Amino acid sequence: MSILDQGPPDYKKMIPPIIKDNYGKWIYHEIPKPGVLKHVSETGDELFSVRVGSPRLISLDFVRNLCDLADAYCDGYLRFTSRNNVEFLLSDASKVEPLIAALTEKGLPVGGTGASLSNIVHTQGWIHCHTPATDASGIVKAVMDDLFEYFGSMKLPAKLRVGLACCLNMCGAAHCSDLAIVGVHRTVPRINDEKIAKGTEIPSLVASCPTGAIRPNPKAKSVTIVDDKCMYCGNCYTMSPGMEIMDGKNDGCAILVGGKVSNARNVPSFSRMVIPFLPNNPPRWPEVTDAVRMIVEVWIAHARKGERMSEWIERIGWERFFTLTDIPFSDKLIDDYIFSRETFRTSATFKY
Amino acid sequence: MTEKKTPQLDELEKGQWPSFVTEIKKAAATNAASEDLLHLLERSYEDRIGHWKHGGIVGVRGYGGGVIGRYTDLPEEYPNLAEFHTIRLAQPAGWFYDSKALRSICDIWEKHGSGLTNFHGSTGDIIMLGTTTDHIQPAFDEFSEAGFDLGGSGSDLRSPSCCVGPARCEYACYDTLEACHNITNEYQDEIHRPMWPYKFKIKFSGCANDCTASIARSDCSVIGTWRDTIQIDQDAVKQYAADGLDIQDRVCDKCPTRCLKFNSETKELTVIGEDCTRCMHCINYMPKAIRAGKVKGATILFGGKSTIVQSAFMSWVIVPFMKMESEDDFAEFKDLMGRVWEWWDENGKTRERIGETIYRLGMGKFLRECELPPVPQMVFRPRANPYVFWPQDEIIK
Repeated sequence: MSILDQGPPDYKKMIPPIIKDNYGKWIYHEIPKPGVLKHVSETGDELFSVRVGSPRLISLDFVRNLCDLADAYCDGYLRFTSRNNVEFLLSDASKVEPLIAALTEKGLPVGGTGASLSNIVHTQGWIHCHTPATDASGIVKAVMDDLFEYFGSMKLPAKLRVGLACCLNMCGAAHCSDLAIVGVHRTVPRINDEKIAKGTEIPSLVASCPTGAIRPNPKAKSVTIVDDKCMYCGNCYTMSPGMEIMDGKNDGCAILVGGKVSNARNVPSFSRMVIPFLPNNPPRWPEVTDAVRMIVEVWIAHARKGERMSEWIERIGWERFFTLTDIPFSDKLIDDYIFSRETFRTSATFKY
Repeated sequence: MTEKKTPQLDELEKGQWPSFVTEIKKAAATNAASEDLLHLLERSYEDRIGHWKHGGIVGVRGYGGGVIGRYTDLPEEYPNLAEFHTIRLAQPAGWFYDSKALRSICDIWEKHGSGLTNFHGSTGDIIMLGTTTDHIQPAFDEFSEAGFDLGGSGSDLRSPSCCVGPARCEYACYDTLEACHNITNEYQDEIHRPMWPYKFKIKFSGCANDCTASIARSDCSVIGTWRDTIQIDQDAVKQYAADGLDIQDRVCDKCPTRCLKFNSETKELTVIGEDCTRCMHCINYMPKAIRAGKVKGATILFGGKSTIVQSAFMSWVIVPFMKMESEDDFAEFKDLMGRVWEWWDENGKTRERIGETIYRLGMGKFLRECELPPVPQMVFRPRANPYVFWPQDEIIK
């Protein structure tokens, strides 16, 4: 029998003794090498965390494998990060290198610390989502393979946080990432009257449209769409399976850059669209990986040390970003939705 | 089924980053649903569309959320995916585990599910990916026995999450794990029984570096901060200088308010306390020399959400500083949440996140009705137009 409302397991039972002893007493940390954090406590204790990339979608074999490693090297304790990395928590410095050797042997990459590319936060995509405009795991794998050298090193100008959302619901919260890959639809939903009549609340469906493009069609117990008003957000499809929006020929990805969530130096910022569409070209999405690599390399070449993508672009100006990257600018990149005004330039100062 | 090939997915087993395809194949070795999943995904790679459809409602006895129904639109061809539901398990605060707990999850999921998981989902839950309707209740019974409970789904409070906090971070301005655990336990009813206009997320970050991305990803962001002035250890500053850190260039010149002065002769660093906005930059660069102030707590912000529908919002400052140390402080936070949820429940439209409700009805109305004092810390700058909705009692009659 189940116990209702017992809540999550108590974290106090999941933390290793060294953390129990030094909880709240850490005074500083260092990064002795990529993928390894050394935290030092006021008691003099030292904790080593070894950070490991994971594909997020993992089998039980993978989890048990992590458990075996945790048992062998850190008394069975580990944690996961907000970016789906695994962290092994070691109180014994002499076990760090043997653990890294064991991880390397199993093909598990160590890295994601400091001025590196950490794991890509992403959504389910074609694996398990019912509204995706692209896959998630496949593009993430392709991009991480392509930029692999930046995960296990710390040679970037600053940290690089990449997010991928397979539709505009953005479960991956790609909207505040240094670089975001976002699945986009480009065609008006195809209305399936039969499906809508079967089980859709028409007023809710009509209300779900942010641009008022959906009108009731009482005769068919369905709806109609004013095509010109639709901007393909897919919100109606979430409300009703009768608003079929997935389109294998026209769905794809947009690229956004310059977002961040940290308050360090400049305030948190939204990612901004710089490429409105790239095709879905599985299994390796070469157009997407090429665009991502190009933007990252231009950032590396031009940013000052410590400058995240947003800081670099705001310093040089977005107009210079387009010059340096050679990305074509078009009216698609000028906002025409409800909060557009603040993005228009109201000054005679700009660069070429 | 075994003769079917997956050439596109096989390609994604190459390369140095760990492959999710390899993971699916490992699960497929002993699980028919995972094997079908492999082939359905290959089909998606061919068709370039997803093959999942909207589900009927599935769940466990006593709860309204925590399980997400999922069905393929091609059940004849992939019969083992006719039902492939997700169970969300609430994660321990800070995503800390011992191997015993993880192995217990594995043993249960081997019996009742596909053998595939996400550690973790975007909101923070452990995602148990893929089971049939018949297995949901037995799986939950066993997870429950092993000490795990369900997370949220639908129009309810989603599982709150937090950063690593004081467990392993010198920057933490409050105990994010205890706050998250305490507050999550308080709201089990709100998590398990959807009753609101839409979903609601809370994230706890110990400092302004905001490692949980709370400002972008949660309706209520609790971000650690301090009220007084940073503490500087001059000996440690001198050591950084001696070790070659260009303090003027890397720290002072990058300070957004230019409140740090480095004396290159005495090698001393001073701060104009009232100019500091507590952004964390100097602390990030010189953790041995600079620490947060002593009067610590959190800034409470509301309204963060992603793009759908009215554009993405980042959370707005509503309470600039709240202590987050004791049970009493948590009680003050819960009192605030109670007022805010009641207001949203009363005013929100269906599928309207609280940020959208506040934006539609006006911040002024929200603040007045939730009894929150307006303060200049809430805005970057005041309004530029004179269109004030004057309360009638301020008008001379």
